[in-house]
Amino acid sequence: MLRNKSVVSINDIGDDELSEIFKTAGDMEKVLRSGRSLELMKGKIMATFFYEPSTRTRLSFESAMQRLGGSVISVSEAKSSSVAKGETLADTVRMAEGYSDIIVIRHPMEGAARLASRFTSKPIVNAGDGSGQHPTQTVLDLYTIRKELGEISGKTITVVGDLRYGRTVHSLVMALSRFNAKVNLVAPPILKMPDHVVSMLPADFHLNMTENLSDVLPETDVLYVTRIQKERFSDPNEYQSVIGSYKINLETVEAMKEKSIIMHPLPRVDEISPDVDSSPKAAYFRQANNGVPVRMAIISLILG
Amino acid sequence: MDEQTLKISKIKDGTVIDHIPPGKALRVLSILRIDDHVENSISIGIRVTSRRLGTKDVIKIENRDLEKFEVDKISLIAPDATISIVSNYEIIEKFPVELPQRILGIVKCSNANCITNMKEPVQGEFSLLSKKPLLIRCNFCERTMNEREITASLI
Ligand SMILES: Nc1ncnc2c1ncn2[C@@H]1O[C@H](COP(=O)(O)OP(=O)(O)OP(=O)(O)O)[C@@H](O)[C@H]1O
Ligand SMILES: [Mg+2]
Ligand SMILES: [Zn+2]
Repeated sequence: MLRNKSVVSINDIGDDELSEIFKTAGDMEKVLRSGRSLELMKGKIMATFFYEPSTRTRLSFESAMQRLGGSVISVSEAKSSSVAKGETLADTVRMAEGYSDIIVIRHPMEGAARLASRFTSKPIVNAGDGSGQHPTQTVLDLYTIRKELGEISGKTITVVGDLRYGRTVHSLVMALSRFNAKVNLVAPPILKMPDHVVSMLPADFHLNMTENLSDVLPETDVLYVTRIQKERFSDPNEYQSVIGSYKINLETVEAMKEKSIIMHPLPRVDEISPDVDSSPKAAYFRQANNGVPVRMAIISLILG
Repeated sequence: MDEQTLKISKIKDGTVIDHIPPGKALRVLSILRIDDHVENSISIGIRVTSRRLGTKDVIKIENRDLEKFEVDKISLIAPDATISIVSNYEIIEKFPVELPQRILGIVKCSNANCITNMKEPVQGEFSLLSKKPLLIRCNFCERTMNEREITASLI
C-alpha cells in the first residue's frame, strides 16, 4: 500500500498502512534477532541528504537499508556541497533521481521534503524538516507504545518539554489524534504547542494543555519527554527555572503508575536524570532500538 | 436630486467591484496595481451606505477587465464582493468572487523558515481550510495563515 509513496508527513501514512508497518517491523525485529541477513533490497540504492547534523536518524536509516541488503549513497555535509554552489533543492533532487531508488532528506527548513517530492517520481522520506515533521520517528514512537503497553487506544500520553519547536512531538500528537488516546501537553507558555499544529487536530480529540506536570503524572501511561534547548530562551534564569520544573528524576518515576513508561527521542541532555535509566519504566533506549526495524519496514514497503 | 446627493456618472465599459468590506477598497486597488500612474477613470466609494451590508466600499473602473488571479486575490480580502462587467452602460455579466480551494501564486508563506521562501522553483501554494474566519494552510510547511497574515502577504 505504501508502495512508491513518499512519506513526508505522518498524515501521508493511512491507518491500514500504519498497521502494515507495525506488522512488518515486528517481522524485521525477528530477523534482526536471528542474525539472518536479508536480500529484499538487493540492487536498490538509497540516497541520503542530510542538510542538518544528525547521527541517530541517519545511522538508523543507513543501517536499515543495509540490513535489507540494499546500498546507500550519501552526502554527509550536503550544506557544504550543493547548497554552497547555490543549487536549489529542486535541482539536487532531480539529479539524485538518476542515482537512487529512494531519497531520504533532513533539512533545516519546513516544507523541504514536500518540495523535494514535487520534483521527482522517486519516493521521498522526510527525516525531519525544520520544526515541521519527522514521520518515521513518529511511527517508531507509536510502535514502541504498542509494543510496551499492548495498545495505543485508551492510553494517556503526557508530552512534556519543547512543544513549540520540537518536530517529533508535532508529528506524534497528530498521529495520536487518530487513535483513541488522551494527550496531556505540558510546557511553559513560551514553548507551548503552536496553533497551526493544534488547528490540525480533530475538535473532539482529548487534549489537555497544562504547565503542571505533577498534576497529570498519576494518570499517565506514557511520559514522552523532549529536550528543552537553552537557545530558545532570552533569559537564562527562565531557562533554569523551566528546566528545574520539568526535570524527570526518581521522584517523578515514583509518582507514575506501576505499568507506565518514559520515552524520549534522544539525545537527552539534562531532562532525565541518569539514575532513572535503570528503572523498568525507562523505555527510551528500547525505543531507540526500534528505529532500525521500523525503518526497515518503511523502506521495504515503499520499495517492495 | 437634492442638495445632499452627488451623482457619479455611469461608466460605459468596465468593471464594478461591489460589496467590498468597508475600508478595504484601497487594498483592492493595490491588488489591481492601481496607483498614481493610473490612466483609467475610476470612482471609489468608501464606507457608503448599503441596504444589504450597512456600509460597504465599491469601485468602478472604466475600461478595465480583471484577470482570474486578480479575482482570486480580491476574494481573499473581500470574500463577499460582487463583480459586474459593464458594456455599453449595461451590466452584461455579474458574479460573486469565490475563494479558490487551492490558492496558487498569490500569497507568500508567512513562515520565514518555509522552503517556498527560498530560491526554489515553486510558487506559494495553500489549501483553503475555512472561509469564515478565513484560514489557509501552506501545502509545503503546513503552517496556517489567518486573514491578517494573508492580507500582509499578498503578492
Ligand atoms: N453603467 C454603470 N456604471 C457604473 N456602475 C454601474 C453601472 N451599472 C451598474 N453599476 C453598479 O454596479 C453594481 C451592481 O449593479 P446592480 O444594478 O446589479 O445593483 P444592485 O441591484 O444593488 O445589486 P446587488 O444586489 O448586487 O447589490 C451597483 O453598485 C451599480 O451601482
Ligand atoms: Mg446593491
Ligand atoms: Zn509555508
